[in-house]
Amino acid sequence: MIEADEDRADAFFHALADRTRRDILRRVLAGEHSVTALAASYPMSFAAVQKHVAVLERAGLLSKRRQGREQLASGDVEALRSVASMLTELEDVWRGRIARIDELIQED
Amino acid sequence: MPVTNVTKDLDARSLVITAEFAASVERVWQVYADPRQLERVWGPPTHPATVVEHSLTPGGRMHYYMTSPEGEKYYGGWRVLAVEEPHRFTFEDFFAGDESFTPTPGMPVSTSEFTLEPTASGTRAVFTTTYETPEALQQVLEMGMEEGATLATNQIDALLAEG
Repeated sequence: MIEADEDRADAFFHALADRTRRDILRRVLAGEHSVTALAASYPMSFAAVQKHVAVLERAGLLSKRRQGREQLASGDVEALRSVASMLTELEDVWRGRIARIDELIQED
Repeated sequence: MPVTNVTKDLDARSLVITAEFAASVERVWQVYADPRQLERVWGPPTHPATVVEHSLTPGGRMHYYMTSPEGEKYYGGWRVLAVEEPHRFTFEDFFAGDESFTPTPGMPVSTSEFTLEPTASGTRAVFTTTYETPEALQQVLEMGMEEGATLATNQIDALLAEG
């Protein structure tokens, strides 16, 4: 993995390592939500919810646009596909290990 | 390819890989019982592993580090839980910040069970790894992807559905 991918992985998984952020992401993937409406869904301050939205935005998982006084947030499906492809690389690591066992055994 | 099956349980965050090897159960067991063989298979070619402590007994530890092409060292280990030589062993994974091998708080990252059973042509090995939390997954990525186990393309759904 190249450095930029690893930085991206860090940002993605930091963003996803929080229950509220996963919940927010689930909602905005299903459709655009105003940050105000999102904030009303959680027992925390508007500022706290706004912070969670910002973390998701920095990780490239969510994008925002402005409509009048409202900020509208939606999930970025493409970015999620990138996460999925990184996870698939983990499978390759595992397969590599098994292939090396096979190689080692065949040396006997 | 020796891998014959890959199964993911998204809710449990577990991965089961089945592989068939053309060798006896005893021979495959040796790969794990011998630290010199284990280090040849554990790290990928770009990040070779060096095993510095190895005790495949209940309560025993396996300590290793992997060296990146830039010379950076990543420390990790196993805490061995159960051993039924030569058929089965279970262990918890942990990461450490340095050569003292003090587990990083919040561990273990994952719990694994390896089982070996004889077949007509050799050995069927089943490797089961269960990740404790999404944070554990993040740890794996921070290790530079070298500590990985398989995760489904759609495992992301499990992370998201967890809420």
